[in-house]
Amino acid sequence: MLRAGLLSGLVLAAAPAHGFIAYVSNEKSNTVSVIDTDGWTVTKTIKVGQRPRGIEFTRDGKFVMVAVGDDDSIQLIDARTQAVVDTLPSGPDPELFTQDAAGKTLYVANENDNTVTVIDLEKRARLGDIQVGVEPEGMTVSPDGKTLINTSETTNMAHFIDTASRQIVANVLVDARPRFACYKHDASELWVSSEIGGTVSIVDPGKHEVIGKVTFEIPGLRKEAIQPVGIGMTKDDKTAFVALGPANRVAVVDTATHKVTKYLLVGQRVWHMAFTPDEKYLLTTNGVSNDVSVIDVAAQKVIKTIQVGELPWGITMAPGIAP
Amino acid sequence: MIRWLLGPIGLCLAAAQALAADPVTIGVGYLGLAGTRSTLSLVEQPAENDGVAGAKLAIEDNNTTGKFLGQRFALEEHRIREGEDPVQAATALAEHNGFIVAALPADALLKVADALRDRGTLLFNAGAIDERLREADCRANVIHTAPTRSMLADALGQYLVWKKWSRWLLVVGSHDEDKLYADALRRAAARFGAKIVQERTFEDTGGARRTDSGVTLIQRQMPVFTQQAPAYDVLVAADESEVFAAYLPYRTWDPRPVAGSAGLVPRSWDAAQDQWGATQMQNRFIKLNARRMTALDMQAWTAVRMIGEATSRTNSGEVKKVTDFIKGPNFEVAAFKGTRLTLRDWNLQLRQPILLVDGRMVVSVSPQEGFLHQVSELDTLGYDRPESKCKLK
Repeated sequence: MLRAGLLSGLVLAAAPAHGFIAYVSNEKSNTVSVIDTDGWTVTKTIKVGQRPRGIEFTRDGKFVMVAVGDDDSIQLIDARTQAVVDTLPSGPDPELFTQDAAGKTLYVANENDNTVTVIDLEKRARLGDIQVGVEPEGMTVSPDGKTLINTSETTNMAHFIDTASRQIVANVLVDARPRFACYKHDASELWVSSEIGGTVSIVDPGKHEVIGKVTFEIPGLRKEAIQPVGIGMTKDDKTAFVALGPANRVAVVDTATHKVTKYLLVGQRVWHMAFTPDEKYLLTTNGVSNDVSVIDVAAQKVIKTIQVGELPWGITMAPGIAP
Repeated sequence: MIRWLLGPIGLCLAAAQALAADPVTIGVGYLGLAGTRSTLSLVEQPAENDGVAGAKLAIEDNNTTGKFLGQRFALEEHRIREGEDPVQAATALAEHNGFIVAALPADALLKVADALRDRGTLLFNAGAIDERLREADCRANVIHTAPTRSMLADALGQYLVWKKWSRWLLVVGSHDEDKLYADALRRAAARFGAKIVQERTFEDTGGARRTDSGVTLIQRQMPVFTQQAPAYDVLVAADESEVFAAYLPYRTWDPRPVAGSAGLVPRSWDAAQDQWGATQMQNRFIKLNARRMTALDMQAWTAVRMIGEATSRTNSGEVKKVTDFIKGPNFEVAAFKGTRLTLRDWNLQLRQPILLVDGRMVVSVSPQEGFLHQVSELDTLGYDRPESKCKLK
């Protein structure tokens, strides 16, 4: 079965038109690794600012934005030349950020001063700040673009922010140290991972209430080692993947029952993840083992490991195929 | 004017839980001793506000969260002067504060705990590491955020054994607390398979910790004091009184590392800790207090954060409700140590990883890999449930 998976990967590799490009931020190396899924190799290592973490493609696929926290800014990498070309004016210590559907507005979580910074992406200018809880981190925009979600790690809340007025409209208490937030594509549920609490809270975005929790249990592992961080939701909203940090596993969750159906063993301290645009593969960053695991989404199997820089943290996938 | 009015109104609300829309004020007292102790190293000399500075930051953090929940936290500090009665001071603080964070010696803490028991005030021991406060002298109204001597000794012991530095030369100071720390270190050696090849006592003969020509003399004394020892891997010093341990590194007769009260030191927190998001916390602390964060600051921060965690989870400022939640099975708090911290229900000691630091860096964090436990690996540090003599009342 595993071999079959590998074979199909090889077939894919033989057809270069199907290759996708992933960018991985390496927190310790101060670099970004470029992975070509056509052959699963690192094709380039780009030097960036200090402590790169949050990383995302612009909607048009022309640039990669990477938050370099210790330089208090977000750098722009030109996807064509694969070099840093500009810097965005974020607040102090940016970690994670998100953009609206049009790709015009960027929202940045600034961990050091309890604010979310709003940036106009076209003008590359700072529009303002929103006061949130202690240590803002997880960021996402609702599918209709009307609500911005920010999670604050020490306040333990998901803040619902109206994107038009930039006012907080609701606060939902979740388990300890919420790190990542992700909507279902149909906007019916908001998923929030709690690293220290060890759960994923399912929030009803209309009622602003926690309606369920995904819990994790891995035989032979202490509860403390299970620390959910990154979440990936398939486009049909049927399956979610949750990175479990030092548990070295990605949980496969049935979104109808909110139950884990399978645990996939990946590298050590798995942080974040990104699907290939065709959703055949899911790539995870493994902080301690300095590599990226490739999961075959349909088979729910890890098929490959790619060595990258030191302490890989974030990952983003180019929206189209490689040029 | 408005703030002045809000205080007393908030207090009434906290008691009655009336209108949810009005902010509830949650009073936290901080009770410490006036003056600071003297340390051998000038850079380790505690600041006047050691401890309370951490409580202050946690009050700010709680208030940031509290503004979303209609909760307001207020801190009232009292320092006990020489000759002042701790019970009187604590009783006065308890008038306006349902929670008191204490950094007091064991005897004073016990007196305060017993005096406040019927009042329902919840005490947090942020300062005393004495085992007996969690064992024979444990109290149902005292929660311990300070680690115990045995937790600190076990954290160090696990690392030294992992490092295969299993032959220890133990040097013990002549004061009571030095002897208690030595007891904890002996216990750690026995538990984890290290061998104490010899013990020596360093007598405190008095004298100043700060002199203008100190180094010359120390450089002659320390090699002589440590010569003719049996073969050993590491010198472990028990000197809580700050009499000699800091003089040992680089001055031992044999070239050996030093651990315990100097060299590699086990602590609940350190200004160099930057893992698990701690940098944000360190930055917030420096911004607020214009100095770096100590272990005592962290122990006080954790206590106040525990209160904030419980008030937000229970959506209440009622002392009884908050206390029950903290003592209950669902309580956990995040404190930048890579894992959730929970309470040992048999003696109300906060489980926590212990950092091993050298004054500049965090060298390691215990429990070490491979030290297993059926409930929580954090319970490999310190006295465990089956050994406990505590009967909470």
